[in-house]
Amino acid sequence: MTPAAYRPVVLDESPEHEHGPSGLLKWITSTDHKVIGKSYMITSLVFFLLAGLMAMLIRAQLANPDSTLLSQHTYNEMFTMHGSLMIYLFVGPVAFGGLANYIVPLQIGAPDMAFPRLNALSYWLYLGGGSLMMTGFLTTGSAADFGWVAYAPLSNSINTPGAGPDLWIVALLLTGFSAIFTSVNLVSTIYYLRAPGMTMFRMPIFTWNMLVTGILILIAFPVFTSALVLLWCDRHLGTHIFEVSGGGVPVLWQDLFWFFGHPEVYILALPFFGIVTDVIAVFSRKPIFGYRGMVFATISIAALSTSVWAHHMFTTGVVLLPFFSLMSYLIAVPTGIKFFNWIGTMWRGSVKFDTPMLFAVGFLVTFLMGGVSGILLASPPIDFATHDTYFVVAHFHSVVMSLVMAAFAGFFYWYPKMTGRMLREGLGKATFWLMFVGTNVTFLPMYLVGLKGMPRRIAEYAATDGFTTLNRISSAGSVLLFFSVSIFLVNALVSWWKPIPAGDNPWDASSLEWATTSPPPQHNFLKIPPIRSQRPVWDHNHPEDRIIEREGPRLGALVASAGGGTVLLDEVGLVGADTIETRDPDR
Amino acid sequence: MKIESYVFLFVGFFFGLVGLVYWLLSYEDAGSTMLLGTFLLGSVPGFYYLWWSRRMSPRPADDPNASVEDGAGVVGAFPGSSIWPFVIGIGATFVALALVFGAWTLAVGLFLVVASLVGVIYESRRGGLV
Repeated sequence: MTPAAYRPVVLDESPEHEHGPSGLLKWITSTDHKVIGKSYMITSLVFFLLAGLMAMLIRAQLANPDSTLLSQHTYNEMFTMHGSLMIYLFVGPVAFGGLANYIVPLQIGAPDMAFPRLNALSYWLYLGGGSLMMTGFLTTGSAADFGWVAYAPLSNSINTPGAGPDLWIVALLLTGFSAIFTSVNLVSTIYYLRAPGMTMFRMPIFTWNMLVTGILILIAFPVFTSALVLLWCDRHLGTHIFEVSGGGVPVLWQDLFWFFGHPEVYILALPFFGIVTDVIAVFSRKPIFGYRGMVFATISIAALSTSVWAHHMFTTGVVLLPFFSLMSYLIAVPTGIKFFNWIGTMWRGSVKFDTPMLFAVGFLVTFLMGGVSGILLASPPIDFATHDTYFVVAHFHSVVMSLVMAAFAGFFYWYPKMTGRMLREGLGKATFWLMFVGTNVTFLPMYLVGLKGMPRRIAEYAATDGFTTLNRISSAGSVLLFFSVSIFLVNALVSWWKPIPAGDNPWDASSLEWATTSPPPQHNFLKIPPIRSQRPVWDHNHPEDRIIEREGPRLGALVASAGGGTVLLDEVGLVGADTIETRDPDR
Repeated sequence: MKIESYVFLFVGFFFGLVGLVYWLLSYEDAGSTMLLGTFLLGSVPGFYYLWWSRRMSPRPADDPNASVEDGAGVVGAFPGSSIWPFVIGIGATFVALALVFGAWTLAVGLFLVVASLVGVIYESRRGGLV
C-alpha cells in the first residue's frame, strides 16, 4: 500500500495494554472488539456443535418407526434445546455478536466499537445466559421441553414445572439484554465512528445489513424480554396474564412472542444476506450490482418482517388473515430484488469458485427453496393444511441451513483476516459439498413427509403410517451434515498445526478490512487508503478499474435497479445500477 | 447525519402507517400497541437526529470528498482492557439464578454488580486496570 494517510489518534485509557494481560486473563479482560468477536464465534460454534449433536439424536430416534431410543420426555427436551440453541445462541449471536463485532468496525475504518466495555458485557451476558440454559440438563426435572416457542399454557407452572424451564426463561432474559446492548453498540458505531469519506452509501452491504439488523433487534428484543418477565410472573407470582383461569389470554403470548419471533427470523437472516452480497461481489470481481436497490431491499424486508408476526398464528382463528397474508407475500418482492441483484453481480463477472463463493451459491439455492415454500405458507388455506406438520419444519430448516451455509461462507472468507492463516481449499470444498448434499437429502424428504401428514414434535410414529422411508432418508442426510461439520473442525485444526500465511488481502477483496494487516493490530489501522467509492481497497490496488461515482441522488437509477429495469437499459456486467466503471481519467 | 436520521424516520413513518391501517382493520389491542411502540422507537430518535443534523458542524464521514487527514485529532477514548464487564456479567448471571432458585445467589450477584459499577466508575476516572 503506498499513499495513505495515518489514522487519527486514539486515546487509550489503559496505556499498559501493549504489555497488558496475556493468556486467559487477556480473553477475560479484553475490550477489543476483535477479541470479543472471536470469543463470540468460538462460543456460538460450541453451541452449534451441541445443537447438532441433539439433532443427530432426534434423527436417530426418527430413523425407525416405534423407536424407543429416547423417551417421549427426553425427545421433547432434545427438540426444544436444539431449536433454542440454534436460534437464540448460534445463528443470531454468531452474526451480530461474532462476525459483525469483528468486521463492522474494520469495514468502516473505526478503531473499535463505540462502547468497548458494553461490548464485553454483552459477551459475558451471552455466555452466562447460554450456560444457564444448558444447566437445565443438570436439574432433577429436566431442561426446558415446551418447544423453542414456549407457548402458553404449556409453559405455565402446572404443565411444565421445575427449574429447567425457569432456567430457559432467565437465560433468554440475559441473552436478550446482551443482544440489545450489542445492537446499541453496532448502531452507534456505524453512525459515529465511520472514517472520513466513508459516507452511508459507501458502506459495504454487510455493514448496512448489520445497521438494519441492529434496529430490528431494538424493535423486537424488548418485546420478547418483557414477555419473558410476564411469563415468569405467571409461573412464580401467581399472576394470570397468559392463563384463562384468572381472566388472562393465552394467545397474547403468541402475539408477543411472534412480534419478536418473526423479526428474529430476519435478525438471523439479514447479516448473512450481507455476507453473501460481499462474497459474491468479491469472487465475481465486480462491484455490487444495484447497490442502492440492495440497501432499500434490506430496509423493506426489515420493515415488512415486523408487520407479519401473526402469520404464525393463522390457525388460532383470531387474527386478521388478509392483512398478514398480504404483508407476508410482499416480503417476496424485496427478497426477489436481492436475488436479482446477486445474480446480476455474478453476471459476466470472472467468477472464481473458491470455498466462500461455493457456500454463497449454496446459500442462494437453499434459501430459494426455503423462501418459495415460505410464500406457500403465507397463503392461509395452505397454512391451514400444513400447519404443525413436517412441511413447516422443512421450510424453516431450508432457511436456517441456508443461513448456516452463509455463515460458513463468512468463516472461510474472513478466517484469513482474523487469524492470518488460510483454511485448506480441498477440505473446505469437501465441507461445502457434504453440507449442500446433506442439507437437501435431510430436509427435502421432510416436505414430502409433511404433506403426507406427519405432525411436528412427535417422538414416534407407527410403521403403518408410511413415514418410514422418507424419515430414513432424512436421517442418512444428517450423517452427511455431521461429517461436513467434522471436516470443518479438522480444517481449522490443520490451519493451526501447519499454517499457510494469508497475507493482508488473499482474495483481492475490495472493502476496508482488507487494507489492514491480518490479523489487524490494536485499534485496527495504522493507515487507511483514501475512500472514494464503495471499493476503497480495490480502487487503490486496481487504479485502472476505479469506480467513478456519479453526482447527486438518482431516484431513476434506484427505481430502475429496484425494478430490475437496469438489466435492459445498460449492458449487463459492466454497469451496476448506480456506479459506472471507467478508465481513470488521469491515465 | 441526514441519512442516519432518515433511516429511523422511515421506521417511524412505516409503522405509523401500518399501525393505523392495522388498528382500523382489526381493532386488536396487542398488535396495535406494539406497532405504536415501534412507531415511537423510529420517530423519536429519527427526529432527534434530524434536529441535530441541522445544528452540528458537517463531519468528514459525511463528506464524499473528505481525505483521511480531515479526521485527524482525537477520535475518542477506547479502553484496551477492563475486568469489570466480566464481573458484572457473573453478577447478573447470579441475579438471574436467584429468579429460579430464590436463594443466596441474589446477595452474591447484587454485591458483584454494585462492586463492579463502583469499579468501572473509578476505572474511567483513573484509567487503566483497577
